[in-house]
Amino acid sequence: MDMKVAKKLGLKERYNLMTRDLDWEPSYQAKEAIYPFLEYEGIKIHDWSKFEDPFRLTMDAYWKYQAEKERKLYAILDAFNQSNGHLGVTDARYINNLKLFLTGVTPLEYMAHRGFAHVGRQLAGAGPRVACLMQSLDEIRHAQTQIHSMSNYNKYYNGFQNWRHQHDRVWYLSVPKSFFDDAVTSGPFEFMVAIGFAFEYVLTNLLFVPFISGAAYNGDMGAMAFGFSAQSDESRHMTLGLEMIKFLLEQDPANVPIVQRWLDKWFWRGYRVLTLVAMMQDYMLPKRVMSWKEAWEIYAEQNGGALFADLARYGIKPPAGWVQACKDKDHLSHQAWAVFYNYGAAAPFHTWTPSAEEMDWLSSKYPDTFDKYYRPRYEHWAEQAKEGNRFYNGTLPMLCTTCQIPMFFTEPDDPTKICYRESDYKGDKYHFCSDGCKDIFDHEPEKYIQSWLPVHQIYQGNCFGPDADPTSPDFNPLMEVLKWYKLEFGQDNLDYEGSPDKKNFEAWRAQATKN
Amino acid sequence: MQIDLRTVSITPLRQTFNHIADRLGGDKAASRYIEATMDVQANANFHYRPTWDPDHMIFDPARTAIKMKDWYAFKDPRQFYYGAYTIARAKMQETAEADFEFVESRGLAANFNAAAKKTALEFYLPLRHVAWGANMNGASMCAYGYGTAITQPCLYNGMDQLGIAQYITRLGFTLGEPSDLDAAKKAWMTAPQWQELRRLVEDMLVVKDWFELFVAQNVVLDGLLFPLAYQHVDNALQTQGGPVVSMLTRFQSEWFAESSKWVDACLKVGAGETAENKALMSEWTKKWRDRAVKALAPLATQALGAQGDSVMAELTDQFNARCNKAGLAV
Ligand SMILES: [Fe+2]
Ligand SMILES: [Fe+2]
Repeated sequence: MDMKVAKKLGLKERYNLMTRDLDWEPSYQAKEAIYPFLEYEGIKIHDWSKFEDPFRLTMDAYWKYQAEKERKLYAILDAFNQSNGHLGVTDARYINNLKLFLTGVTPLEYMAHRGFAHVGRQLAGAGPRVACLMQSLDEIRHAQTQIHSMSNYNKYYNGFQNWRHQHDRVWYLSVPKSFFDDAVTSGPFEFMVAIGFAFEYVLTNLLFVPFISGAAYNGDMGAMAFGFSAQSDESRHMTLGLEMIKFLLEQDPANVPIVQRWLDKWFWRGYRVLTLVAMMQDYMLPKRVMSWKEAWEIYAEQNGGALFADLARYGIKPPAGWVQACKDKDHLSHQAWAVFYNYGAAAPFHTWTPSAEEMDWLSSKYPDTFDKYYRPRYEHWAEQAKEGNRFYNGTLPMLCTTCQIPMFFTEPDDPTKICYRESDYKGDKYHFCSDGCKDIFDHEPEKYIQSWLPVHQIYQGNCFGPDADPTSPDFNPLMEVLKWYKLEFGQDNLDYEGSPDKKNFEAWRAQATKN
Repeated sequence: MQIDLRTVSITPLRQTFNHIADRLGGDKAASRYIEATMDVQANANFHYRPTWDPDHMIFDPARTAIKMKDWYAFKDPRQFYYGAYTIARAKMQETAEADFEFVESRGLAANFNAAAKKTALEFYLPLRHVAWGANMNGASMCAYGYGTAITQPCLYNGMDQLGIAQYITRLGFTLGEPSDLDAAKKAWMTAPQWQELRRLVEDMLVVKDWFELFVAQNVVLDGLLFPLAYQHVDNALQTQGGPVVSMLTRFQSEWFAESSKWVDACLKVGAGETAENKALMSEWTKKWRDRAVKALAPLATQALGAQGDSVMAELTDQFNARCNKAGLAV
């Protein structure tokens, strides 16, 4: 008889009793005291129960599925490590992608974990709270499985060993760090639009597909395994992000312009972070999956275009920076890699010029721009390097106050002219790489004047060790900053050619493949 | 591309990440728990202050009055990182599933002593709301706490409480009917004997100091409620009608035994750090204990009748002894 009762309940009803029905209307404490952050962003929610659960997972099912995935993943990692799987990658240049990932992306997974714990506590609806807390749990999984799969690379290659320290200090790592700091310091609704929707739904494929397919193409079973294992988590996160945006838009028409502004902002913030992915795809994978331009066309222009067409019924327009981002696709990766090549002494991974074959690939993928604007530059550098004059830029670049990327992007309609924008605020001048970054600043100057800009910090003397003596005659500021970064000069940085990584990989691989 | 690799032994350049080696006092092989936990939280050069809490940094040790030289002293004796955690819970849910299955397939619920069933439904079902509050508090501790070593298990614990709320709901399905859940919620909202507890839970939801919340929830309320519910009330029902309820609540009793090891370890570390911490944590414990004892007393009476008071007195003694053993003075 009891069984019949249980069966009579529909899945949705049963799930309701397992989640929403656990909640109650408080009477001893005011709702505003329990959920204090829901008013100040201007978002109006009239009925939390209208939020449709994006997936219906009870904790017992969650533990069961996730444990199964963890068992499989760690079995693959163990096997990969035991068989020195790292020697099976295309060549050791590939490993620099992983360094970029561990120092730049993994800490963001962790931030997502804490950020979703925060919104999973603060949203006043029981449905979204449960979904957010499961995402919080998933995100610590992502951070940890990434740490664990890179842990073995760290044993054999340089540039992984100080990921925590470097994420919080190194000049280009402030780009992803400030992105996520920006999101978690926003209100809970903006966080959901920024991370839940703009990042997880609109941009995530541009980060993960190239990276995971890149791992697969380049023989890295370890990284591929955690990527594939995270995919079912990601699809849950995507449905949460989409449901959240629809919920916000449907609750009150006054929410629409607020959400639109967030979409404009977070599309641009996310797109700027993806600059690192663009250069990874076109320059850092020894075996390429697809060009940045192709990925942009599929995942942004096609999929994103369809999404914004769908959201048009709410009065939502494609993000303000969309048109410029589509124009930039022919330039982004080439300009970014050129900058990293320049500053190859100041980054804990290796850089190189593309081989002749690789340049031909770039020409074929970028027929309108590569030969015209970028090939001559890379050929010149390659030439110089051959003659023993590998170029390293010893100066410090000016950074965009908002995205914190060096000011190297060109004008949307003139690839020969660097784009500069500026704003005055309270007697100071602030610089930006683009209209998108300037708009973001102008809307919330009090937030962005707080930015911890690595280059400013260096000039202010905040990036030297306690034993550095700027008054001594042989004081070398760059070397002192690198020391403070815990970057081992000549080991973690400089060109791939001549690096210990290259030498070790080749020797070990020869040992493992000789008969 | 596929390369055939012979098994060769190559000498690693290092055993672990540098921040882990610093923790271990040298470059040594580190466990997965250690690599996934130590210093994983950012602690420097935050870019912006939270718009929702401009007085603090994103992660800020000043969100509690407890002071630690090193927040990573709070290691979890269970060594739970995500993989170890989910695998441990998957095993427990497998057992729970088998228990529910057994009770349901043998029709044990239908044959369960009617008086015992009534007691069980009336006592256990409102507790799903208590567990729901505990879930929210776990999220708080994770979000506003400091250092992955303690924030990580706080989320795991909070999600365990959601699982517990769901197991109690299932107990309702198995032992009773959905209308019993409604009746229990009504009791939670209006019945006099539940109001002190509901007030306590709602008051915990607005506690700002996350370590005080840790004490109020994980140490005090769980420390008194779980032994009452899953030892004393369970024992009484067992005497009355056999082990049906024990089977349907096994998850909770196993969980409490395991989770307490972690909670005690945190108490030891926190109170052992300074006399000030010890005094503050002891004060919090006493404050919340007195409220929790008062809130649970009518429920102990509801479930245990005349025994209720003496059971509460015994539980309070045991609770005090546990806290004092873990380094508090209560
Ligand atoms: Fe993730
Ligand atoms: Fe910018």
